Amino acid sequence: MSTLTTQLRAELNVVRRNGEQLLVTLGIPLLLLGFFSVVDVLPTNEKDPVNFLVPGILALAVMSTSMVSLGIATGFERNYLVLKRLAATPLGTTRLIAAKTLSIAAVEAVQMILLISLGFLLGWSPQQANWLLALCAVVLGTFAFAGIGLFLAGNLRGEVNLAATNGLYLVLLLIGGIVFPLDKLPGALSAMSRCLPTAALSDVLRNSLMSAGEHTTSSWIVLLVWAIAAPLLAAKTFKWN
Amino acid sequence: MSAVVVENLTIRYGDFVAVNDVSFQAEFGEVTAILGPNGAGKTSTIETCEGYRAPTSGTVQVLQKNPFTQRASLHSEVGVMLQEGGVYPSARVHETIAQYCALYNRGVDPATLLTAVDLESKASSTWRRLSGGEKQRMLLALALAARPRVAFLDEPTSGVDINGRDAIRHIINDLAANGTAVVLATHELDEAERLAQRVVLFHQGKIVANAPLATMRSAQHELRFSSAPTLNTQELSAHIGLEVAIIQDHFVVRFENTDSAFSSELVQRVSTWLNNKNLPLNNLSIGAQRLEDIFRNLTGGTQ
Repeated sequence: MSTLTTQLRAELNVVRRNGEQLLVTLGIPLLLLGFFSVVDVLPTNEKDPVNFLVPGILALAVMSTSMVSLGIATGFERNYLVLKRLAATPLGTTRLIAAKTLSIAAVEAVQMILLISLGFLLGWSPQQANWLLALCAVVLGTFAFAGIGLFLAGNLRGEVNLAATNGLYLVLLLIGGIVFPLDKLPGALSAMSRCLPTAALSDVLRNSLMSAGEHTTSSWIVLLVWAIAAPLLAAKTFKWN
Repeated sequence: MSAVVVENLTIRYGDFVAVNDVSFQAEFGEVTAILGPNGAGKTSTIETCEGYRAPTSGTVQVLQKNPFTQRASLHSEVGVMLQEGGVYPSARVHETIAQYCALYNRGVDPATLLTAVDLESKASSTWRRLSGGEKQRMLLALALAARPRVAFLDEPTSGVDINGRDAIRHIINDLAANGTAVVLATHELDEAERLAQRVVLFHQGKIVANAPLATMRSAQHELRFSSAPTLNTQELSAHIGLEVAIIQDHFVVRFENTDSAFSSELVQRVSTWLNNKNLPLNNLSIGAQRLEDIFRNLTGGTQ
């Protein structure tokens, strides 16, 4: 078994064993999609709320895995000196990051399959869907949220990082265009939210899957900026122990 | 060629000087104990040798490489045991040992390693469920997974019970016997005395002694005994011509002459004097000075 495969297996074992991480990455997105699709209480501007919800919940799933799950696990790995010990093996930083990236990709693949399947079961009907564009958005979103998660994990103590990451997750869930359309938010908050990676990812996913990716230039720019800036900031400030 | 060469190493954290211009070497097939109280600079020194930090000044060479700039090539031959932690709480013992064997890829069989550190019965346990001694043995196993030419072990017996200590000492002795250079950081003088061939004594960031343990101990001998608290040490000193000190309820006479006839005569004179004074003579021992006392002498009594 290669060094990379060995570490990837270890990363997936950590994800599998941490029940709270699985709840955030799989449970909450599935629950939100199922509940708000059936109980029509959200001001989604759509006749069928599932059409609004699926792209937003896909964005939420990306955030859950690449920011919350990765960030919290990495924060505790710093706390428990796991990263420090691994740094003294032949693994190396590049393969460690590659293993973490592949583990995120694996979890996200499972999330997408489950959420899209549930969406179809609930009556989701994508219009002129551009799946390749949606995949690009997911990749950029993963970079952006992983950068934010690793920035927090690399600079805060384990418990503080846990609270900060979960708090940020909740804020971005509420004002990131995932369950509430941005135009339903108050003026200043709505304008600010459009600069957030969650809103940008929700918007480009919604447009890619519902209207062939039209009218989303500003959201793509916002997402691209976050996808470059956040990992760079994390790499520059990350403290291994 | 020495396995580890440290020359004029200084490590600063801001204005604080943690390690001040220290030099020492560690040889293959030997256990070198980096010894000193907490905060003496041991961990800073050992972490510099492991490549975790760059020296503020001075040089460190491990297997003739710079551990900070040549970490990648060095780490496949160096075993590291951190002072604490290093394993995810939910990680299972056998999985973690197998992971490290695969990462080092030095042909170490995980099952054999599990047996060597006596953790077969805990193979399926998670890290968080291990006792202190079991955790230390597992951390030692992770260092052994490298089949190391040099092993840096930071406080390997800290918090371990007597049986666990024996097991760890046995493994460390085997490592050195097989040619590995073992560099052991510890604040436990007794541990160094049992394991090390060479001792490097740290005090307040500086080395106060650096010599083979046998040489260090044989430099001074001592006669140690207990008696009545009323014993007049000045009177006994005058009688035997050597200073008599009181250390931890014992009377101690230090001398440099290692001749056995001198030792016998000294015992004879002390016992006769005590007998004449009707004072008891208990727990008599004579021999090389203990490391603890050497350390106390060199550091003015602080530990």
